[in-house]
Amino acid sequence: MDLHRRDFFRVLGATGLTLAVGKELKAAPGPKASLEFRGVLYDAARCKGCRGCEYDCAEANGLPEPLPTKDIKGLRTTDDKHRTVVNEYKTSKGIVYAKMQCMHCNEPACASACLTQAMTKTKDGPVIWREDKCMGCRYCMVSCPFNIPKFEYHSANPKIEKCTMCFETRVKKGELPACVENCPNEALMFGTRRELIQEARRRIFEKPDLYYDQIYGEHEAGGTCWLYISPVPFKEIGLNTSVQNASYPALTKGFLYSVPSVFVLAPALLLGIQQATKKDNSTKPQDNE
Amino acid sequence: MNSGHLISADNDGKSIWKFLFRQMKPKGRWLTPFNIISIPIIFLGIGLIVIRFWKGIGAITNLSQDVPWGLWIGFDVVTGVAFAGGAYVITFMVYILNMKKYHSIVRVTVLNGFLAYLFYAGALLLDLGRPWNVINPIIGNNFGVSSVLFLVAWHFLLYMIAQLIEFSPAIAEWLGARRAHKILSGMTLAAVIFGITLSMLHQSGLGALFLMAKEKIHPLWYSEFIPILFLVSSIFAGLSMVIFEGSISQRVFSEQISDKHREEHHSIMHGLSKICTGAMFAYFFLQLLVLVHGKHWDLLNTPMGRWYLLEMIGFVLVPMVLYFYSYRANNVFLIRLAAILTMVGVILNRLNVTVIGFKWDMAVHYVPSWMEIVVTLTVLFTEIWIFRWVINRLPVLRESPKWVNEDKLTDKPALAKKIQRA
Repeated sequence: MDLHRRDFFRVLGATGLTLAVGKELKAAPGPKASLEFRGVLYDAARCKGCRGCEYDCAEANGLPEPLPTKDIKGLRTTDDKHRTVVNEYKTSKGIVYAKMQCMHCNEPACASACLTQAMTKTKDGPVIWREDKCMGCRYCMVSCPFNIPKFEYHSANPKIEKCTMCFETRVKKGELPACVENCPNEALMFGTRRELIQEARRRIFEKPDLYYDQIYGEHEAGGTCWLYISPVPFKEIGLNTSVQNASYPALTKGFLYSVPSVFVLAPALLLGIQQATKKDNSTKPQDNE
Repeated sequence: MNSGHLISADNDGKSIWKFLFRQMKPKGRWLTPFNIISIPIIFLGIGLIVIRFWKGIGAITNLSQDVPWGLWIGFDVVTGVAFAGGAYVITFMVYILNMKKYHSIVRVTVLNGFLAYLFYAGALLLDLGRPWNVINPIIGNNFGVSSVLFLVAWHFLLYMIAQLIEFSPAIAEWLGARRAHKILSGMTLAAVIFGITLSMLHQSGLGALFLMAKEKIHPLWYSEFIPILFLVSSIFAGLSMVIFEGSISQRVFSEQISDKHREEHHSIMHGLSKICTGAMFAYFFLQLLVLVHGKHWDLLNTPMGRWYLLEMIGFVLVPMVLYFYSYRANNVFLIRLAAILTMVGVILNRLNVTVIGFKWDMAVHYVPSWMEIVVTLTVLFTEIWIFRWVINRLPVLRESPKWVNEDKLTDKPALAKKIQRA
């Protein structure tokens, strides 16, 4: 269903564009019925907060090494040097850790916001950024409900930094994302989204006392590829619980749908009014003097 | 078509390059107060722009990972385009509704609109981190058609072309190109219809940009009706700008304006204030509906709520009543006052949606750096310089050369004859 909607956007936009610039575009991509997104399940009950994933991520993506734990004060967020961070939260059930990174939404707001398709949802699930297409408008940052894309403000050739689930370097070749592969506590699990949701349900069902009975990411923002289960309500571990459950690109749907109709109807209407209000030159030529 | 040949032929064989070179030279006094203020600021701004491209956007702006769009988008682009809305409203009135009374302000309004788009789209390039990729959505296979920004970008480009066509007869008159003038004048209606359609879509599109930032914008300013509110407010924003700019032009460029136009000006201002009253009433009512619909009464008694009430009452309702009253009382001073209040209201509204209300609950708020403000002023002043240069040379405020009317008169009997024969 998700992919159908994206395809529909594409067809619709192409129609509007064809009307606008009169250029022919091939609108409809082929059928993609047998698709399954891949994602990662993060189990906050298993994470011991070693921050090994932060170091692995930095190494795999050529980013500077993160600060040692003793130098860290307070909560951190991802930024243009850190694609993932693990924070420590004092919760109703003691200390719980939470890893933050891109959620890889099923219907990403950032990709739908991107006017150059630099930010794009791959068929496999990861949302990636492509340097050669991006114009640095930062509309993805405005749109992302999780505030994930980060921008290099102090560079003459700035990039957008965000987790790509190691798509180009590892996942494409059948390897695991760097953080998943090296997690010593098996807090991270890679798989198809369907498998991960089943696994999460199994864990919650088997240990109902340990887990809070909900999977974060199952419905949030229309569903995400990165899923969370936790011993405490998600608000306590800093996850954004104010996101809506429906998809974010759908918020601009109504506006974008109206574009082709306006493009056809408005000129016709305007021409009609113009014809109706103009003075008829042929019947009263003497009025022109 | 060889337009260069045409132009030189029409210009009594004088070289077009010599003519253009002569026109480039400055006219009039140098040490005016405007020049004394604007020249140092423009030079400072150019210096800052060099630093921006050398060291990155962060070197001169206060933008952050939380606030990716600041003054340059919120004021230069979003507010500037709203003020440029006068062009589509006036061309609609003159060419579609055939309200001939407003014909004398068409050119100056279209010029104003065109320059606004040129400079504010130019200011957008300063804000782009990777401006060399700006052509990607225009050429190549990178059409992000599900993006509202894609629509807005295309519309900016197309609308600039439409406005240039609308304005081009003035350029032809300046160059003395009679045949080009005839052809370009014939394209006006098509450009106007195309331009109005584009304007309706991208004026609302600028609001639709923020639809996905649902939780980030203060609920009093966020609603699914942002696009329609932006469209309706662009009508009176643009017309207030026309009144404001017209009042200044009447004084600054008074030697160019014929007595006939001067007499018309008051009657035009009254007509516009009437339209503004209507548009602002519709807008105020829409805002009221959105407020009732959103059920955010409880938020009105918070600091942001009082700020909202100030915008809605102080800068929408009050200028609306002023417009209405000044129209009834035939008071030009009140019309100008209402126009200024309305413009403040539009600036407030656009900044509230894009900057002030954006992540309003953050601990540290975004405040533009002085360097961002200087660059904004640089853009604004450069635009005014170009505007003044064009007004002083092209027939924008002053009458067209005599041959334009001669051409019209020679055409019409021929046309009438043709019709009679048929």
